[in-house]
Amino acid sequence: MTSEIIVKAVDVSKRFGNFLALDKVNVEVKRGEVSCIIGPSGSGKSTFLRCINLLERMDGGAIWVSDELVGYRRDGNKLHEISDSEIARQRRRIGMVFQRFNLFPHMTALQNIMEGPVQVMGETTKAAREHAEMLLDRVGLGDKKNHYPSELSGGQQQRVAIARAMGMRPELILFDEPTSALDPELVSEVLDVMHDLASSGMTMIVVTHEMGFARNVANTVTFMEAGKVVETGLASKVLSTPKNARTAAFIQAVQS
Amino acid sequence: MTLSSTAPIDANKYEIAHLELVPKRHIGRMVAAAVVLLLLAALVRAFSVGQIEWSYVRDFMFAPTIIAGLGNTLLMTVAAMALGIVLGVVIAIMRISGNPVLSSIAVAYVWIFRGAPALLQLMIWFNLALIFPTMGIPGLFEFRTVDLMTPFVAAMLGLGISQGAYTSEVVRSGLLSVDTGQYEAARSIGMTHMRMLRRIVLPQAMRVMVPPIGNEVIGMVKLTSLASVIQYSEILHNAQIIYFANTRVLELLLVASFWYLIVVSVLSVGQFYIERYFGRGVKSIRSSV
Ligand SMILES: Nc1ncnc2c1ncn2[C@@H]1O[C@H](COP(=O)(O)OP(=O)(O)OP(=O)(O)O)[C@@H](O)[C@H]1O
Ligand SMILES: [Mg+2]
Repeated sequence: MTSEIIVKAVDVSKRFGNFLALDKVNVEVKRGEVSCIIGPSGSGKSTFLRCINLLERMDGGAIWVSDELVGYRRDGNKLHEISDSEIARQRRRIGMVFQRFNLFPHMTALQNIMEGPVQVMGETTKAAREHAEMLLDRVGLGDKKNHYPSELSGGQQQRVAIARAMGMRPELILFDEPTSALDPELVSEVLDVMHDLASSGMTMIVVTHEMGFARNVANTVTFMEAGKVVETGLASKVLSTPKNARTAAFIQAVQS
Repeated sequence: MTLSSTAPIDANKYEIAHLELVPKRHIGRMVAAAVVLLLLAALVRAFSVGQIEWSYVRDFMFAPTIIAGLGNTLLMTVAAMALGIVLGVVIAIMRISGNPVLSSIAVAYVWIFRGAPALLQLMIWFNLALIFPTMGIPGLFEFRTVDLMTPFVAAMLGLGISQGAYTSEVVRSGLLSVDTGQYEAARSIGMTHMRMLRRIVLPQAMRVMVPPIGNEVIGMVKLTSLASVIQYSEILHNAQIIYFANTRVLELLLVASFWYLIVVSVLSVGQFYIERYFGRGVKSIRSSV
């Protein structure tokens, strides 16, 4: 594994009114790494993930993705907010998979995947279709390409959503509790696809409560609580021999 | 609830599978239908013995002046409604843009143009020459307002701009009906704000917008009759011209009524197909009940 850093977050803070949702969060993710973020509800996991692709604006600190400062352009001693179209360009490199899938309901599975490549990246329809069909095969849904999201199960929808993120050929994919909205029997089909994606070398940041996935697939695990990073390190270390008592208590609680 | 009952259970009581089923009789419905039919018959009789020369209705149904008026009615409906929809979409997007200047302009627009009767607005546009004899950019081009404000232009502006105020509220409710997750998914694949609205949000909002906009189109067909007041040759205006000459007032009003009814019926059918198109990918409420 190379040690090239893809995501570097330094002292990221975010407030909602008086409430401090993120308090100087520092995270580093290397290329090809799978990094899991765990922690109790309301600890700021989603908020942090959403800061990475600018769905949320941070109030302090900075994030770099592939050495490019996210959301700002440095000019001497000042940071200038970048424009709508520059933000859009930065987001292309970062895929995102949502808890509630968020597939476009007026488009078929294939059209969902082709939309970004054709409309945003300017790929030809033909090239985008071939790539999209290949991706659907890869997530095991080759036969469902002309189905609308309403005609797919939750697990199938989430697999299409993963294929949609991959359609943009991103450098990094963010997953925000990708299996939390699924019926228990559908969880494994989505985790299998994610496992396969991880094996192919995709850099992934995964917010999850699936300790099995974290244990088997993740390289690093970060435990967050009340907007702070409490503990971070190699997955095997953090999950088996946590240094912090609160981390240990949390892992104990979700595993039982 | 007769737990304490000691009466022996009659086993035969449960063997009813062979009994004949008698559907419920809707006596109230039958009485109501009979009353309605009776009233209808009385109405038909009243019109047939009334002083209406049905031959005039028949003859003028396809008179060239009436057909030309019908054409102008349709033309005005399309022009005013197109203007109304374009303005409605623009105003709604300004309203939810988060930009305080744009959203204040949008609020003011709706306040002003929804606040005055359409007929009055139409007359103001038509009489604009009284306060602005000429219009244009000084030095570049200039028009005499009376030449510019033809009945067609005045009616289109009056009807279209006031329609825009109503339609913007329909569009806004459509935009708000789209889940925030859709906005986020569109942004996460790198769409700019405008492309997101055009490709992801508006097509989904259409499903909510089509029924009320269909209503508004149908309303507009009839609203164009206001333009008769400023001498625009739509169907009511032309019917009036004819009855001023031949004094067959009610016959010609009936001719116009029939045409309005026909146009509205055709539009209602069209609305059905448009709704079906924008509802694609969504299970219909009826099929899941
Ligand atoms: N738009 C918002 N406005 C106000 N408060 C918010 C907003 N978004 C999040 N918060 C608050 O910020 C805190 C962190 O929220 P976040 O969604 O990041 O938590 P989380 O760790 O993802 O939790 P969960 O496991 O329940 O998804 C919560 O207390 C939440 O109430
Ligand atoms: Mg969350």
